[in-house]
Amino acid sequence: MSHNISRRDFNKLLVTGVAGSALGIFGTIKPAFAAQKRVVVIGGGFGGAAAAKYLKKLDSSISVTLVEPKATFYTCPFSNWVLGGMRTMQDIGHTYTLLKSKYGINVLADSATGIDAAKGTVTLKSGKVLNYDRLIVSPGIDFKWSAIEGYSESVSQTKMPHAYEAGAQTILLHKQLLAMKNGGKVIICPPGNPFRCPPGPYERASLIAHYLKAKKPKSKILILDAKDKFSKQGLFKKGWDTLYPGMIEWRSGPTGGKVTKVDAGSMSVTTDFGVEKGDVINIIPPQQAGKIAFKAGLTDASGWCPVNPSTFESTIHPGIHVIGDACIAGAMPKSGFAASSQGKVAAASIIRLFQGKEPAPPSLVNTCYSLIGTDYGISVAGVYSLSPTGIIEVPGSGGLTPMDADADHLREEAMFAEGWYKNISQDIWG
Amino acid sequence: MQVTIRSLLTTCFVSSALLGAGAEATAATNPAQKAMEPNPRGQILSLSCASCHGTDGKSVGVIPSFYGKSPEYLETALKDFKSGKRYSTVMGRHAKGYNDEEIHLIAQYFGTVWQNNK
Ligand SMILES: Cc1cc2nc3c(=O)[nH]c(=O)nc-3n(C[C@H](O)[C@H](O)[C@H](O)COP(=O)(O)OP(=O)(O)OC[C@H]3O[C@@H](n4cnc5c(N)ncnc54)[C@H](O)[C@@H]3O)c2cc1C
Repeated sequence: MSHNISRRDFNKLLVTGVAGSALGIFGTIKPAFAAQKRVVVIGGGFGGAAAAKYLKKLDSSISVTLVEPKATFYTCPFSNWVLGGMRTMQDIGHTYTLLKSKYGINVLADSATGIDAAKGTVTLKSGKVLNYDRLIVSPGIDFKWSAIEGYSESVSQTKMPHAYEAGAQTILLHKQLLAMKNGGKVIICPPGNPFRCPPGPYERASLIAHYLKAKKPKSKILILDAKDKFSKQGLFKKGWDTLYPGMIEWRSGPTGGKVTKVDAGSMSVTTDFGVEKGDVINIIPPQQAGKIAFKAGLTDASGWCPVNPSTFESTIHPGIHVIGDACIAGAMPKSGFAASSQGKVAAASIIRLFQGKEPAPPSLVNTCYSLIGTDYGISVAGVYSLSPTGIIEVPGSGGLTPMDADADHLREEAMFAEGWYKNISQDIWG
Repeated sequence: MQVTIRSLLTTCFVSSALLGAGAEATAATNPAQKAMEPNPRGQILSLSCASCHGTDGKSVGVIPSFYGKSPEYLETALKDFKSGKRYSTVMGRHAKGYNDEEIHLIAQYFGTVWQNNK
């Protein structure tokens, strides 16, 4: 469609045209102007903080806002070391000071209460509304409180902690262990798959045993598991036999491990096989994606968020990338390492998309170290890539610590666990 | 003088696109800027290594640092971990996740990324 226009209109148009291209130039040279791209990140944990930092590190022209209500983030990794008396809470706390001062990330101590995917806005608890060009959501997990009869958030805060989010929950479980009598019984109840940190409950049993062996050697640990097998099972069992013979008993789901009911009053749990009483009871409930993911309609029937395995962009709401425990990442476990690896892939992909270029094919990594005793570390490692069926472990890569690893090997892995913690926390929050 | 909006708009668009491209071209030929642009596949293969070895390979703990090493050194090391020629507890399991071309890209990335921080 063409229209005839007058000379006056023509001049007007030219002026507009010039102004427009001038803006274009400034946009390229000084992106703080109109063209500055805005990314909002929800959640300052392993996924979100890594994504925010790497967005800025790889392209400082992007405006990055990180929304996280906690002033100090206590890591779940190494929280089992706190239970074992090998670390303090202070050792596992990280703040956002350097992300602000060194990287220029706008950190808001607030929580996201709503996401409008069509408008590209995030509403915060304070009432503030943030506009984004791309959004990253890394809210971690939420618990299915009603899955176990008698269990609730308030029971977790008073009598039977889950300690599956670090902080007050870790402190409560630690206090209960310190107060327990010699000869007491600790019951740990891990959920079915999938859940955060598959080896977490078994590292926890190991490090509680480490503490009990030294201070309360007549005590016992009973693991009542909803599953019929668990991560690094052979390695854990061998470690328990070596370091804590007779102290830890594991019962699988089909042999009376599945807990269906708890009673905080009598400090007992019920399985298909009967009632067990404990002095300290650690219930780890089944999980799903963090609340905001549900509120924003980012989850599917599984309770987790489906994503494009290349960029971690939601397959439900374009423009929103979901990373970490909340997303469905094929063969990758739900771990802090995996979350940060996904955060970096999402950051690099978003930068390419802003440039109008195709994101590079992803490559992801995970290593979960578990400590069984002070000088006894084991691990599972994996390198992941994209296949037509989604994210798979590269065939022939990764795997477990060998079953016949000698004492030197196990000592080195214990040292590496510590080295890993230092580096990953520095890489994310430092 | 009679012109059509469509041809005018096209002209404006083309000229600003050209100007934009000009500005980009200048940035790309500036050597400092160019050094900042790593191979995107090499970058995505390399970023996860930092979780154990530290940001850009600069370790703050007991796991070995490789910050400042040359691409040649890194390529040989990765290949030796992969083949088992060089002993490791964990690294061999990772190195087996990459083919020769990917190892080359990782070595290029970490072998040059530290030069940008100078
Ligand atoms: C006991 C235990 C041991 C573990 N050990 C290891 C280990 O050794 N290695 C390992 O790799 N992994 C380990 N993990 C797993 C690891 O903790 C998680 O996989 C990791 O934290 C997931 O990262 P994320 O970003 O998805 O969630 P998180 O790290 O939990 O971060 C989510 C953040 O989002 C914030 N948030 C939630 N909702 C909102 C909202 N609406 N607005 C703003 N912010 C919000 C939360 O406050 C939180 O800070 C362990 C876990 C446990 C429980």
